[in-house]
Amino acid sequence: MATDAPPPSKEQHKLPSPEEYNEVHQSAEFAELRRSYRSFAFPLTVAFIVWYLLYVLLSNYAGGFMGTKLFGNINVAFVLGIAQFATTFLIAWWYARHASTKLDPKAEAIKTRMEGGA
Amino acid sequence: MNSLTTLAATNQASDHRTLIISLFAAFVIATLFITVWAGRQTKDAADFYAGGRQFSAFQNGLAVSGDYMSAASFLGIAGAIALFGYDGFLYSIGFLVAWLVALLLVAEPLRNSGRYTMGDVLAYRMRQRPVRTAAGTSTIVVSIFYLLAQMAGAGVLVSLLLGITSDAGKILIVALVGVLMIVYVSIGGMKGTTWVQMVKAVLLISGTVLITFLVLLKFNFNISDLLGKAAENSGKGAAFLEPGLQYGATGTSKLDFISLGIALVLGTAGLPHILIRFYTVPTAKAARKSVNWAIGIIGAFYLMTLALGFGAAALISQEEIIASNPSGNTAAPLLAQHLGGTDSAWGAILLATISAVAFATILAVVAGLTLASSSSFAHDIYANVIKKGQATEKQEVRAARLATIGIGAVSILLGALARDLNVAGLVALAFAVAASANLPTILYSLFWKRFTTQGALWSIYGGLIVAVGLVLFSPVVSGDPKAMFPDVDFAWFPLKNPGIISIPFGFFMGWLGTVLSKEEPDAAKYAELEVRSLTGTGAH
Repeated sequence: MATDAPPPSKEQHKLPSPEEYNEVHQSAEFAELRRSYRSFAFPLTVAFIVWYLLYVLLSNYAGGFMGTKLFGNINVAFVLGIAQFATTFLIAWWYARHASTKLDPKAEAIKTRMEGGA
Repeated sequence: MNSLTTLAATNQASDHRTLIISLFAAFVIATLFITVWAGRQTKDAADFYAGGRQFSAFQNGLAVSGDYMSAASFLGIAGAIALFGYDGFLYSIGFLVAWLVALLLVAEPLRNSGRYTMGDVLAYRMRQRPVRTAAGTSTIVVSIFYLLAQMAGAGVLVSLLLGITSDAGKILIVALVGVLMIVYVSIGGMKGTTWVQMVKAVLLISGTVLITFLVLLKFNFNISDLLGKAAENSGKGAAFLEPGLQYGATGTSKLDFISLGIALVLGTAGLPHILIRFYTVPTAKAARKSVNWAIGIIGAFYLMTLALGFGAAALISQEEIIASNPSGNTAAPLLAQHLGGTDSAWGAILLATISAVAFATILAVVAGLTLASSSSFAHDIYANVIKKGQATEKQEVRAARLATIGIGAVSILLGALARDLNVAGLVALAFAVAASANLPTILYSLFWKRFTTQGALWSIYGGLIVAVGLVLFSPVVSGDPKAMFPDVDFAWFPLKNPGIISIPFGFFMGWLGTVLSKEEPDAAKYAELEVRSLTGTGAH
């Protein structure tokens, strides 16, 4: 049930001061977390958008190629469409794995320390 | 000719009507119980806006799916595939891939840095009052366009299925939907709305699985046979299975297709009613997991719409689908009836079930949209702009409840006026406006250190005005037989979807407003936002 545990929003954490935020922001540990996030998420975003736009453009301007039958009535267009689904599922899974192994431990370490282990 | 005259021709006409009404009434009663129950547990602002932040990742994933799979996806995509074959499938792909933007760039930082609304994140390091006013405005505009589409859809669907064709009858249905959504949201808040979304998602998925299974059974689970029969029965042959039937005619229509494609993939992560769902879970990690659940559920659902659409094309004649609804919106219920046998009780039962699922879908989505806009009104505009942050939680929640009634009244009024408009155009417009006005500001705020208040304002208002303006002068509004005003022609913009112009424009204005701005960005606030958005330190 959704309401069993007490809401975390009401727990009293020590809220870090602007100076503490700034200090952490400058730290090598935080820089590493940010790099690890951005160097994964940004190129991947560009890649899946390019792959999606390529699919849109092929649908528009390469009708003959898309209509090529591969087996039975299944053509290239159909397979590429399903491939968009497959890559979406794959990227979602891949990011979740990266985040839970590479990002979460670093983020939690910083958070725990900043909130004074409250 | 009226759609369901075909259905009404069978002697089950009154039977299926009674059944549809009973199933629909059962859904309404069940959800009202949930709403009252949730309302009793809604005590403070975090309860009303964010359901107490205690939903699990799976529960929220289900609710996100419920919020996202609107009548446009269920009825619209199945109908588009049934009539245009492969081109209808392209909607599903855009709607799904779009979730990766939300997953990789938006969901977690938003959960960590905001409290209740999209405006929380946009205004984090900016001057509060102007940015919150802008964020509130665009939230309400996007939600109203989306609402309008759902209300118009509800009117059309209900009138078709229940055989109500008089204007008074349609207006009554729209008013009924409006009153229900006011009750759901003002009493149940986010908690009630989330449970309604979950119930609806389970019903929709079950209904879709059932129909998909029955379609595949008819073709011995041979997809190639199903596609072959659909192509043959459509009268269009192999072209039915290739892109281009709907958008391939001219250079302009191809450009329109690209524009639509861009709006779909970039719109989702800027839809306020989707964004506020990420506040209902306790942590950013849970927000990420709920997006992953949503991607799985929504992806499976869109794959099944293929079976629905091609199944309808294979088993029902194009004439019958078009006679029922010119845009194919009733293809899925028709298919259900055919699968059960048009003259048998099973046909009537399946038709009634699928129709009731479609009503549930519309009601739930409408509730989510109303919640997003009344939250933004109360939290961004009332509490932070009008009251300058001095409102008590009690006052804020009361303002949100009152706003629900206001927004409900406005959408009943507009929905009644829009009852005969093109539904699909309105949904795609909501996506285009969200991608033009909201997404650039969200991304710049989170990732661009130099971004300033002026950049945020130029981007939100620039994207909003250009997107809405271009639609006003597009063939969606005038100069086309299917337009809102078919008899006049002021459509100098040739594309139906403005995304290809308005989205880059929104990004450009955010950049321009920033580089031309005289004020220095607040570096300390950005450091705080960055640390908080990546680690969750200090998150509510």
